[in-house]
Amino acid sequence: MDFAGAYSADNLRFLMEGLKMTLYIAFWAILLSFVIGCIIGVIRYMQVPVVSQILAVIVEVLRNLPLLLIIFFVQFAIPQINVFGLQFKFTVPAGAIIALTLFEAAMISEVVRAGLKSIPKGQVEAARSSGLGSIQALWHIVLPQGLRRMVPPLVSQFISLLKDTSLAVIVALAELMHNAQIIIGQSPNYSIPILLLVAMIYFVVNYTLSLISRRLETRTA
Amino acid sequence: MIDFSILVNYFPYYIEGFLNTILASVLALIGSFVLGSILAVFRITGVKPLQWIGTAYVEFVRNIPLLLIVFFFWYALPTFGMRLDGFQAGTVGLTIYTAAFIAEAIRAGILSVPKGQMEAARSSGMTYVQAMLHVVLPQAIKLVIPPLSNQFINLIKNSSVLTVVAGLDLMYFADKVNGDSYATVSAYVFAGLFYLVLTLPMSYGSHVLERRLAKSS
Repeated sequence: MDFAGAYSADNLRFLMEGLKMTLYIAFWAILLSFVIGCIIGVIRYMQVPVVSQILAVIVEVLRNLPLLLIIFFVQFAIPQINVFGLQFKFTVPAGAIIALTLFEAAMISEVVRAGLKSIPKGQVEAARSSGLGSIQALWHIVLPQGLRRMVPPLVSQFISLLKDTSLAVIVALAELMHNAQIIIGQSPNYSIPILLLVAMIYFVVNYTLSLISRRLETRTA
Repeated sequence: MIDFSILVNYFPYYIEGFLNTILASVLALIGSFVLGSILAVFRITGVKPLQWIGTAYVEFVRNIPLLLIVFFFWYALPTFGMRLDGFQAGTVGLTIYTAAFIAEAIRAGILSVPKGQMEAARSSGMTYVQAMLHVVLPQAIKLVIPPLSNQFINLIKNSSVLTVVAGLDLMYFADKVNGDSYATVSAYVFAGLFYLVLTLPMSYGSHVLERRLAKSS
C-alpha cells in the first residue's frame, strides 16, 4: 500500500476530472430521464389507448434488462442498424447518457405512475365534477400531491443512476471509476488507497443526495 | 438485421453464460440473505456497537457503486495475497452489495410487527431469540418476501458486472459472440432475450405475490 504515491497531485487531478465527467453524465441523464419518465408515467396513468400499451411493453423490457447490456447495445449495436439509410453513431459520453436515460426513464416512469395512482380517485372525481378538464385535474390536483410522494423514491433512483454511471467503464468513458482503474494500473500498491478514496467520493455525493431527500420528506410530510 | 444462425451457432456460449449468471445470482442471494439478516438483527437489537456496525455498513454500501466493491475484490485483494477469479470476485461483490438492501428490507419487515407481539412473547417466558424466531420473524417474512423477490431480479441484472472482471456470465459471452461473429445486433439481442426469460416471469410473479399477500393481511 502506497498512500503517498497514490495520492500524488497528478493522480488526484485525474480523479477530479473523472468525477467531473461522472457528474456531467449523471446530471444530463437525471434531467432527461426525469422529463421522459414523467411523460411516460402520465401517459400510462391516463391510459391513453394504444400509446400506453406500447409504452408498457417498452418499459417492462427496459426495466428487466441489465443496464450494462443497454450501454453495450447503444454504443455498439445501434450504429450497425441501418434504417432507411439513416445511421446513428454516438460519441462515448453521448452514448452513455442515452443508455442511462433509456433505462432510468423506464424506472422513473413506474415511480411517477405509482405516485399518481396513490392519489385517491375521489380527488379526480371532485375536480372533474367541479368543472375541470381531465388535464386540468391532473395538472392542478393530482400532480402536486403525487410529486410530493414521489420525492423519496425519485431521489433513491437518482442515487442509483449516479452509481450506475460507473458501468460506463465498459465503453471506456473517462469517468471516475475508469480513471481510478487507470491509476491502479500504474501500480498494484495504489489499488487500496485509490479504491478507498473513490468510495469516499461516491459516498459523499450520494449521501448528500439522500440527506436532502430526507429533509424534503420531513418538510413535505 | 437479426440473424438466427448466431443463436444456433453460439448456443453453447449462451447456455454457459446463462447458467453462470443463474449460479452467481443464486449464490449471491443466499449469501446476502444470511449477511443481510445478521445486519438487520444488528440494527434492531438496541446494543449500541452492533447498531453502529449495522447502520454504517448499510449506509456506506448503499451509497457506493457495485462495481467499486467488485473492483475491491478484483484489484485490492491480491495485495493481501488472495487471488479470486472474475466469477468469485463478482459473486462476492454482489453478495456484499445486495446484503445492504436485503438488511433494510428485513429490518422494515421486523419493525412493522407491532411491539406488543414481542412483549407478549417475552412475558410468557420466551427468550429474546425464541420470541424473534417463533413470533416476530414468521410475521415479518410476509412483508419481506416482495422486496426480496425484487432484490433477486436486481441481482440477476446486476450480475452482468461480472463481465467487467471477465466473470464468464451471460453478458461476457454475448460480448464474445459479438467479437467472434461481428453480428453485434444479434449477439446482444439474443443475450437480452436470455435475460428477459429470467427476469420477466420473476417480476410478473412478484407482482402477483405482492397482490396476494396484500389481500391476505
